[in-house]
Amino acid sequence: MSNTYLPEGMPIPVPMNDGLDKPYWDGLQGGKLLIQRCGDCGTWQWGPEWICHECNSFNMEWTEVEGEGTIYSWERAWHPVHPALNGHGAYITVLVELPNAGNVRMIGNLLGDPAQEVKIGATVKSVFEKHDGDTPYTLVQWRVAD
Amino acid sequence: MSKRTIRGKTAVAGIGETTYYKHGQSPDPEIVLVLQAILKACEDAGISPKEIDGFASYSNDRNEPTRLAAALGINDLRFSNMNWGGGGGGVAAAVGNAAAAVAVGYADCVVAFRGLAQGQFQRFGRAAPVPTVSGDPAYMSPYGVMSPLQKYAMRAMRFMHENKVDHSVLRAISMASYHHAQNNPRAVMYGRPLSEEKYDDSRWITEPCRLFDCCQENDGAAAVIIVSAEKAKDLKQKPAYILGAAQGSDHRCGAPVMNAANFPSSSFASLAPRLYEMAEVTPKDVDVVQSYENFTIGVMMAVVEHGFCEPEECNEFFQLENLTAPSGKMPLNTSGGNLAECYMHGLGLQIEAVRQIRGDSANQVPGTNVALNIAGPMVHHVSTVIMGSEATL
Repeated sequence: MSNTYLPEGMPIPVPMNDGLDKPYWDGLQGGKLLIQRCGDCGTWQWGPEWICHECNSFNMEWTEVEGEGTIYSWERAWHPVHPALNGHGAYITVLVELPNAGNVRMIGNLLGDPAQEVKIGATVKSVFEKHDGDTPYTLVQWRVAD
Repeated sequence: MSKRTIRGKTAVAGIGETTYYKHGQSPDPEIVLVLQAILKACEDAGISPKEIDGFASYSNDRNEPTRLAAALGINDLRFSNMNWGGGGGGVAAAVGNAAAAVAVGYADCVVAFRGLAQGQFQRFGRAAPVPTVSGDPAYMSPYGVMSPLQKYAMRAMRFMHENKVDHSVLRAISMASYHHAQNNPRAVMYGRPLSEEKYDDSRWITEPCRLFDCCQENDGAAAVIIVSAEKAKDLKQKPAYILGAAQGSDHRCGAPVMNAANFPSSSFASLAPRLYEMAEVTPKDVDVVQSYENFTIGVMMAVVEHGFCEPEECNEFFQLENLTAPSGKMPLNTSGGNLAECYMHGLGLQIEAVRQIRGDSANQVPGTNVALNIAGPMVHHVSTVIMGSEATL
């Protein structure tokens, strides 16, 4: 029984070759969710970029945030578009807003029954999903809060 | 300084299309398809291919102008243009860029074209078979967000949630395309009508889209020839004047990991007003709309963002009878569009608009003077062109 939401063989995320988002992926491996925040004006920013979109400072910092958010949008994919998903069945992806990080949005899967009703606005909490192997990495997944 | 505009300065003088095939079924290589389409457009316009002096395309088309110019024996290549960005968001931009080049005198006879042979090259609707991903895909692919639909479905899901939109809206958009294709022998779905039951029974691809909400993938090529308004008047066909063209997207539309400021959108919110301003028309003046259907969800939001109905009016506005020629309120995709004619990456829709202006569409809207052509809704760089008859000048 796999401990991951989607089967083995999915594309493996690796940091960008210019190093921009290495702190994010390293943070997840260490059990921390790090999001970009401008060291000058305090604007939260996601996905990663070298410069702050608000004040154009290059002084971007990585700030640990609590893995809690609300479902902003979602989709349920049925048709497999990758060989690893052949025969797997439907799965849910959610777009989660993080109110503690300026409402930036993250993408993840919604853990649990893939047939469940998904409610926009529901509170969700993060779950770190470890992937071992030659290139170990960690994904942030989400589950509906109790 | 006089007002900067391309309004009425150029026109589409020729259109050309190859036979449209299901993906992977073209008997010819992609370059041959492109050359065939260009030659047909020249014949339609009544010009020699040697008169072409510029090329414009989009979505990183593989058929480079230098090769085409050499192959066609063009003497003086004066303009070459590739609109950045993948997907079909650039098709109206390519037409607009060609028009701009002619309007300012860079070139005299520019062809906007697109060729696709997905058997020769990779298909759109499949994820590339790569072991690792980085950058934006690293935040999506490991979660199973890989195909174009999977990348855009959440924009529509949010829009439908905020505006209480029924699935009947998407069904009406799909059925309009299939309805029109039944009168168009060029259409791949000619002779294959779509009923409400067939739509409702079709499988989910990615919610909120079913099979019939998704475009085909096809092989073929298409081309339009753009010349000055003066020259167009002397050529064989009734000119379809370019009244306005606009491209782009609003604030941080391309922000990674779906962080666009205006997320429940098809990316036209800031574009449409400046397009109408240049074209000097309003939505009420538009006789027929061709809107690129990558997916019906994009058409829905694009029609709203171009001002044809309010977001909360979708359920009433998107009724099949409103969307069909000859007498609907807003006849939509009158060739069958990307869903049912051919996915020529949207260039077929530009050609259909020219036919409507000429008055020889298979689903003619009587007395069409203004046609609006939307490209690539929901991608992060989109474009729209408005074409008009001589009466609009």
